[in-house]
Amino acid sequence: MPVQGYMYPNEIELAWSVLIVLYPYLTGLVAGAFILASLERVFRVEAVKPTYRLALLTALAFLLVAPLPLQLHLGHPERSFEMYLTPHRTSAMAMFGFVYLWYLMAVLVLEIWLDYRRDIVLLSQRTKGLQRFIYRVLTLGSTNISENALRIDERAGYIITLVGIPSAFLLHGYVGFIFGSVKANPWWSSPMMPVVFLFSAMVSGIAVVLLIYMFTSWYRKQTIDMRCVDTIARYLFYTFIIDFSLEMLDLVHRIYEADESFRSLDFMVHTRLYLSQVVIQIYVGTLAPIGLLALTQVFKLGEKVRKRIYAVAGSLALIGILAMRWNVVIGGQLFSKSFLGYTTYKVGFVTKEGLLTAIVLTLLPLAVLWVLVKLLPPWPDRESLPAGGAAPARGDD
Amino acid sequence: MSKPKLKDYEHLLRVALVFAIGAIVFVLVRAVLVPRSFGEYGHYRGNAIAEIAAKTPVFAGHQVCETCHTDVATMKNAGKHVTVNCEACHGALANHADDPVTIQPPKLDTAILCVHCHEVNGARPADFPQIVAEEHSAGLPCETCHQPHSPLPVIGAGGKP
Amino acid sequence: MKITRRQLLILLPAAAVAWESVLAGTPEASPNYALTEHWWGMLVDISKCIGCGNCVRACATENDVPEGYFRTWVERYHVNDTDLFDPVVDSPNGGKDGFPPILDRGGRNFFVPKMCNHCADSPCTQVCPVGATFITPDGVVLVDKTYCVGCRYCIQACPYGCRFLNPKTHTAEKCTLCYHRITKGLTTACCEACPTGARQLADLKNPNDPIHAFLKTHTVQVLKPYMATGAKLFYNDLDGSVR
Repeated sequence: MPVQGYMYPNEIELAWSVLIVLYPYLTGLVAGAFILASLERVFRVEAVKPTYRLALLTALAFLLVAPLPLQLHLGHPERSFEMYLTPHRTSAMAMFGFVYLWYLMAVLVLEIWLDYRRDIVLLSQRTKGLQRFIYRVLTLGSTNISENALRIDERAGYIITLVGIPSAFLLHGYVGFIFGSVKANPWWSSPMMPVVFLFSAMVSGIAVVLLIYMFTSWYRKQTIDMRCVDTIARYLFYTFIIDFSLEMLDLVHRIYEADESFRSLDFMVHTRLYLSQVVIQIYVGTLAPIGLLALTQVFKLGEKVRKRIYAVAGSLALIGILAMRWNVVIGGQLFSKSFLGYTTYKVGFVTKEGLLTAIVLTLLPLAVLWVLVKLLPPWPDRESLPAGGAAPARGDD
Repeated sequence: MSKPKLKDYEHLLRVALVFAIGAIVFVLVRAVLVPRSFGEYGHYRGNAIAEIAAKTPVFAGHQVCETCHTDVATMKNAGKHVTVNCEACHGALANHADDPVTIQPPKLDTAILCVHCHEVNGARPADFPQIVAEEHSAGLPCETCHQPHSPLPVIGAGGKP
Repeated sequence: MKITRRQLLILLPAAAVAWESVLAGTPEASPNYALTEHWWGMLVDISKCIGCGNCVRACATENDVPEGYFRTWVERYHVNDTDLFDPVVDSPNGGKDGFPPILDRGGRNFFVPKMCNHCADSPCTQVCPVGATFITPDGVVLVDKTYCVGCRYCIQACPYGCRFLNPKTHTAEKCTLCYHRITKGLTTACCEACPTGARQLADLKNPNDPIHAFLKTHTVQVLKPYMATGAKLFYNDLDGSVR
């Protein structure tokens, strides 16, 4: 039975599909990865330095792919530029277009460029053919990598990261606001939504950088810097606890106030949303990884065990945060605004907005990251680049 | 550290130039692409109002029907079906109003039509006339006893104006 | 009905003139439509609705509404004597084919027609990212389907469930209050088709509109008043259980 109880006739078919679940997931990974990177740059957490550049590239890869699910979802993607030409200032979605653009161009791309500029200039001199052309374009015609120039870059990068942190907060907080400001939907409407989205984004972003760092180290047969992953895991643990507390606060508040939507939402969580919300998001995706990470914080465990726990906890965290996005977006459309009924989400497989598309779009950023890593290697090369004009010691050469 | 010279931050100026060019291109594209009537009344394309209003109606509206069909209108407006407009039963007939000779409205089957409103239903207002068609007319079309344009009083079997 | 040839020859030109003036937007009743002289709403009288579904069918005919989607629909409520908060509601195919006959089942039973409320402070126009949906100066909320990008944010933001995505145009769609009719002095298709006068177009700015007299002698309600949408779809006799 697709519809149980009563749904307004136009509510029966879901308006926002799994692609709209993906979008906050991908932008969340961006915000989280960037905040991890900024730990090193602004808060001088030296331990996470080995992941600094990797985190930035990861953020860029996900940010470049993020508009794709939106374009595939729009009824008229060829008109999507209208959001930039005639943005409606009262629409969070329109304003978000500019937040996204600001973050992409003025924060992420600029920061990556400044941090890599020395490498880009050197690579433009050492490579040939198409690669050389690409690097030369990236230098923007300037080859000055003197000590003064690099010091200016360092300063500029610091300021950009400083601006970038609230920008990252704004990036994903805005996505939360897009949902949280919809008064018609009691599952979404909440001032906590931007905060919950942001902290869950941080969890997923930190987890993804942790996993990518561990994987690429293993793949490249490099030793994992344990001090680095231990620190990252610790931040993951703290962020997770805050995220979980926020979600529990929302839950307790709902149960206590029990407003007119409560009975309907409660029933939905216990039936149609049980698997994705209670089992996958809470047990598997939150409590299990928190528990595993807690073990590493409380007990002194060996390196091998810790690595395994981090890999498992990180993976479960990624699953849990994806489930959270699903529960917000899809869950918010499964119940009727009359509070009298429920519908079913019929997701196709090989359709424009189907599961296969979603899977491809989730994996695509990894392919983009692979290209970025080849173009702008985030780790010191075996034949390390010549020290050149005595760059201020950054420790990652 | 020696005093920074222009050549040391010149690359930042190049970046600023790229951004400036981007901003200018954006403004130019915007000037070309945004529809002229946008913003005329509010944050929307002003011409849309006229475009939407220009659609041709499919229902003519009872005033148009009554221009020609005055006798029916008089009978109807004196009886119980005063609130029932012509096209409520006869369907959308703007095309007939436009070309009354070649386009004729389809003949209605009262055996099917009347029960849409008058079949008994617990949710209908109690003072609304409702019947159980099977018991009431045993399959006979309603116009056998009722003049559709003025259904009461009953006119008897086969009676018509 | 029989018209003699002579009568036809007299009446035909009259009809042609009447219809042409309708199409030209200058019917005898309201010449030269001025945007600022109107503020449209609608009145639905629950005590008169018989759930025949004429309005749903008429709207679909007038506006080419795709099958399975509804610019207007009718709900049937069954409210127990003792429990106001658990009505049993159904709307088979939006009420388009009427409702299956159900004899009296105790409690209170009634029909509730629904449609766009043409809110004065509409949440749907607030969230549109591009300015494709808007409220006209005469109070009708419309969608510019050549500008809509099909993001469906407005569909999510409407508390009343009156919007849908048209599967052919891939743009958001909803009741337009038959804007193309009311600007020509006609009434909406649903009001035209309603046999009991349960639905009536209302021009709140017109001092002669019957709504003003009605409001003086009846109490009216709107759906979800706590949402503060400024809804202009007024109901007479709306039960407290209606969602």
